[in-house]
Amino acid sequence: MALLTIKNLTVRFATSTGAFTAVDGVDISVSPREVLAIVGESGSGKSVAMLAVMGLLPDTATVTADELIYDGHNLLTMSEAELRKLIGREITMIFQEPVASLNPSFTVGFQIEEVLRFNLGMNRKTAFARAVELFNAVGISEPETKLKAYPHQMSGGQCQRVMIAIAIASNPRLLIADEPTTALDVTIQRQILDLLMDLQEKHGMALILITHDMGVVAETADRVVVQYKGRKMEEADVLTLFENPQNSYTRALLSALPENATGDRLPTVADFMAAEAKP
Amino acid sequence: MTLVIEGKALTQDYHVSAGMFAASKTVRAVRGVDFAVERGKTLAIVGESGSGKSTLARIIALIDAPSGGVLKVDGQTVDIGRKRLTSDMRSKVQMVFQNPYGSLNPRQKVGDVLMEPLLINTPMPADERRDRAEAMLAKVGLIPEHFNRYPHMFSGGQRQRIAIARALMLNPALLVLDEPVSALDLSVQAQVLNLLADLQDEFNLTYVFISHDLSVVRYIADDVLVLSDGVAVEQGPREALFAKPQHAYTQQLFAATPVTSVAAIKARVERRQLARAALSP
Repeated sequence: MALLTIKNLTVRFATSTGAFTAVDGVDISVSPREVLAIVGESGSGKSVAMLAVMGLLPDTATVTADELIYDGHNLLTMSEAELRKLIGREITMIFQEPVASLNPSFTVGFQIEEVLRFNLGMNRKTAFARAVELFNAVGISEPETKLKAYPHQMSGGQCQRVMIAIAIASNPRLLIADEPTTALDVTIQRQILDLLMDLQEKHGMALILITHDMGVVAETADRVVVQYKGRKMEEADVLTLFENPQNSYTRALLSALPENATGDRLPTVADFMAAEAKP
Repeated sequence: MTLVIEGKALTQDYHVSAGMFAASKTVRAVRGVDFAVERGKTLAIVGESGSGKSTLARIIALIDAPSGGVLKVDGQTVDIGRKRLTSDMRSKVQMVFQNPYGSLNPRQKVGDVLMEPLLINTPMPADERRDRAEAMLAKVGLIPEHFNRYPHMFSGGQRQRIAIARALMLNPALLVLDEPVSALDLSVQAQVLNLLADLQDEFNLTYVFISHDLSVVRYIADDVLVLSDGVAVEQGPREALFAKPQHAYTQQLFAATPVTSVAAIKARVERRQLARAALSP
């Protein structure tokens, strides 16, 4: 039984030059405790599809789907009030720019306690205790002191840990991570990925990881969806995808990895698609 | 063997004001780095944010004067802190920056972007400047129609091609490339890396390539210098360094870099299945 089922999701944006289809009939499902990676380049609609699920798209976007079901609830027909009970509690999300995702005018402690008090109805004291507990869980040392820090006083990796702490505060069943490590150094990336995988395993969450980085996919995913220009190109378990990719775009992406270079020049996606088109 | 660029004991200090009454603090961003690059070769400088790699890049590109040490370009000692940079020297060393969205003036047409270095540094007449700019557009895989367009009309990869074209207008011997592909998608990254390799062969260019991505470095570099906290902790030929990293920091970098080999994925998937089987009763 899938936790989240998306069938035939289409997202259109009204622009001055007419409608632009960012996501075109995509089916995605994720099971409980599963790590699903959605991989694609910029413009593939990988973020937009998940923002549509979260209801975070601007008014210019038109979202249509045959099915958008989370744990038996139809998200398409739910009232705003009912949605608010799910989104931000059972389904939470973290973003690419951890420093930009936090409000610079408030301490990180205020921002995590705000979620605990107003979203989960804790009082000041229990919220503080829970914030300390969450900071410990995401590996921030000296949590009592760090809760008083402002975002600019912390590094990018630390800010992403704060974002993760906020996201797991409500013990969500589904965490959507949109390029969580793209802005970070490789050693910090490794720490954040390890943390996410550890939390996912410990709390039994499902994790949807949106990324453009095949390395991140190889290190984390159970199953992978490859998107290109708003369409789903391929879906496979991670081993099959790397061992025996079926779709020509997936093959092109994998061969453009510098570590797979054979010879002097890298095959580019355009060359590859052209070569495959010829008989 | 000719050395295009050579640095000896380069240091860079930044003075940080600590407030109105406190004494200012000194941060040493680069601490005594030595390096040398032969003509037609690529030196990759690897490090994480805060390691001083961009500071070093700015010194090599003759943008900032170092606080200490000697920098030689084509065997000539250059000290821009004492003497103004000559346009002859400026022509020899050019730079390409990380962010192609920020490094091009949005109000300047692509043609003007390419012609400006010639206008400032050479007495070349206008029609010749134009011919040279159009020829360079073709070299980097763009078309003459792009001459009169503005930067916002181009994709990230195309903008990086324009930035590379601008850097090549003065026929430099050395290009300093500060993370030139890290803002680009994988497929576009491959195109730009190929373009850089083609241009290097054609013009016998020397590259100093700043990067944090070891897979890119392994593909493009001849020699590698690993920078940590402003110190060159390890440097050497690519094969040797990748085969057997000596310094603990280099080993840590290698260990953190994601592996996409099928064997590694297989091992990870198996580990995970075992862990899950142990969890469920």
